[in-house]
Amino acid sequence: MSILLYLIPIALFLGLCWLGVFVWSLRTGQYDDLEGAANRILFDDEMPPQA
Amino acid sequence: MAKAALSDLPSDRIAVAANDLSQTSVYAPFVSSDAAGIQTLVLAVEGVHCPACIQKIESSLAGLDGMKQARLNYSTKRLTLAWAGTAARADELIARVTSLGYRAQPFEPERAERSDSEHARFLRMCLGVAGFASGNIMLLSFALWLTDAHQMGLVTREFFHLISALIAVPTVAYSGRPFFRSAFAVLSQGRTNMDVPISLGVLLATGMSLFEMFHGAEHVFFDSAVMLLFFLLIGRYLDFMALSNARRAAGDLLSMMAGTATVLDGTQTRTILIRDLREGMVALVGTGERIPADATVLEGVSDIDTSPVTGESLPQSVKSGDSLYSGTINIAAPLKIRIARAAEDSLLADVIRMMEKAEQGQARYVRIADRAAKMYTPVVHILAAATLIGWLGFSDVPWQQALMTAVTVLIITCPCALGLAVPVVQVLGVGRLMRRGVLIKSGDALERLAAVDTVILDKTGTLTLGRPALTNGADITAADLRLAASLAAHSKHPLSVAIAHAYEGPLYDLSIEEVPGCGLAATFEGTDVKLGSRAWCGPKNATETDSALEIWLARAGTAPVRFLFDDPLRTDAGETVRAFERMGLAVILASGDRESAVSKTAESLGIPEWHAHMKPADKFALLERLKAGGHKVMMVGDGLNDAPVLTGADVSASPATGLDIARNAADLVYTGDKFAPVARTLAAARFSQHLVIENFLLAIAYNVLAVPLAMAGYVTPLVAAIAMSSSSLIVIANAFRLRSRT
Repeated sequence: MSILLYLIPIALFLGLCWLGVFVWSLRTGQYDDLEGAANRILFDDEMPPQA
Repeated sequence: MAKAALSDLPSDRIAVAANDLSQTSVYAPFVSSDAAGIQTLVLAVEGVHCPACIQKIESSLAGLDGMKQARLNYSTKRLTLAWAGTAARADELIARVTSLGYRAQPFEPERAERSDSEHARFLRMCLGVAGFASGNIMLLSFALWLTDAHQMGLVTREFFHLISALIAVPTVAYSGRPFFRSAFAVLSQGRTNMDVPISLGVLLATGMSLFEMFHGAEHVFFDSAVMLLFFLLIGRYLDFMALSNARRAAGDLLSMMAGTATVLDGTQTRTILIRDLREGMVALVGTGERIPADATVLEGVSDIDTSPVTGESLPQSVKSGDSLYSGTINIAAPLKIRIARAAEDSLLADVIRMMEKAEQGQARYVRIADRAAKMYTPVVHILAAATLIGWLGFSDVPWQQALMTAVTVLIITCPCALGLAVPVVQVLGVGRLMRRGVLIKSGDALERLAAVDTVILDKTGTLTLGRPALTNGADITAADLRLAASLAAHSKHPLSVAIAHAYEGPLYDLSIEEVPGCGLAATFEGTDVKLGSRAWCGPKNATETDSALEIWLARAGTAPVRFLFDDPLRTDAGETVRAFERMGLAVILASGDRESAVSKTAESLGIPEWHAHMKPADKFALLERLKAGGHKVMMVGDGLNDAPVLTGADVSASPATGLDIARNAADLVYTGDKFAPVARTLAAARFSQHLVIENFLLAIAYNVLAVPLAMAGYVTPLVAAIAMSSSSLIVIANAFRLRSRT
């Protein structure tokens, strides 16, 4: 059962990592525009020269 | 041509404002600057309908000198600009957005809206923490529920309990705040709501688990408490997002008034904010610009698109002396106008006031979950208190055990199933409808939709496609059509657009002269050609009784050719109206259009009750009358004139092609050229309401079975926990029946 002494802290640590990422995504405003981001990925980095 | 000089004015005058340093910037007051000299401006952008607009706007701004940020929020249609330099540059930037074909207005975030986004952030944090905690506690609980002390050992079990407590107690304290605050607020006013038993249940489950843990008992309920919080927070968050969407509608309307107007001071032009317009000022309105305030025409002849305000499908010709409403759009030629009323007193401001009034009326709606809570909470509290008193007074068990039994009653009645009954159905329903092209902006819109017994329909743009189409194309020769299309390509008049739309192929290269209020003229193969109204180039002898939409093509030496138009009905309009009637709804057609057009539509769709010439105030009065008669009203509309009714109706729908204001005010927005989604949504709403009621019945049935057992002390905490989760699962499973029906 001593394996639990490692596994439980690891599980909690991973969970905390997830929470940290969530808080980071919240702070950087990633939930402010839920529709735009899905479309932005389709854009080219550079606009082609206008015809 | 005089026309070109005046209609190009908007960009000219802004360029002047930006270059001439002696002239103060118009938009500078809206710019906020920080200590590092970075200027920030938030614009409400009208006309963003597709994702490609994001790139078009951002890339044209991002390359500019000193530009730090240009980001368009696609969900809210707000553009945030940040640049290094002077605030006066705002004018140049706004001109740039305008030159791309969008209307941009500085947006002053209302204090309410800013606190809205703070609260959304707060709820998301609570949700994130509760999600983290419930995941990790489940990991431990899984082991605890599946084994017993023999298998895992007493020490391990207590270790697991301790870790669960270490996760759960801070989580409850942190993520429970939305419920605790609300419960405390109503309790201090001597009232009660659903948050009271939720708070009590969560706190008691946590408190009792702590007590049990310290006594080395077999079961703790940290998982129940945290899972309950997590589920309820999801529902709370979705509710909240829907609400703040609705609040944005009014903000957008107000920002329409933050635009500018060009006024004439003697011989000089000056750009001022619309809200600074006063009665008697003389203003210039270019082609394609909005009339800034109610006014009368001083000079010029033009066509006015009044559809945003009145719903009238045909542009109105105006000449010197005619009056204009604010918010209508000048489409043919520049005008010089005299302001009749300051912007605050004009029609647009009236519409805004009506919407505000309507919004207050809406707030009185009590959601079914709250109504249930009102009946449910006192019963739960009385039962728990009765259990405690009963065991203390009529038995000789120690007080700890009496309290434990009372707490078990509270936990077993803990409104888990009740709290999930409504949100699960609504979230599933809204999600499924969204995939079918119907966007529902609040969960309780489904609830309100199910109760509707009367539906008011707007005509132009709602039942019809909102754009005229050529109907007699078969009678017109290809040569005439080509000639007409070549002329029409130079005009923004809706009928010209319809001709251009009906023709495919090469156009003649003509030099066109636009005669305001009459039509278009050109010289083709040595002869004069005219395309325009009957009075101008139609047959002189014909009688003027025909009210159909028409224009005439006249060539010197030949008989004029008639082009007939109609605003076509959406293909499934009739079918949908009959579907409404089958569902037992009264259908009313209310339009701002001409009587002949409205009666024709009503007749062809079989709508018995119709009203024509309806101004925004008339439509609102119709709504009030229906509501006073005890009817639950749904409004379907797409224009500015519908906005107050859309806000005030019990529930409202708008096509995605409607004005931004209408779409923001409506509870549901449907995409595509079809009308049937409205009827389908109504059917789905009725079914989901049916499921909600079933869910309530299931939750009540469960309580009727479990509570007496708990009061009698037969229910061990383990049984209570299992019963609680299974009741939640049954409710969720029942909600999934929605998938088969929508």
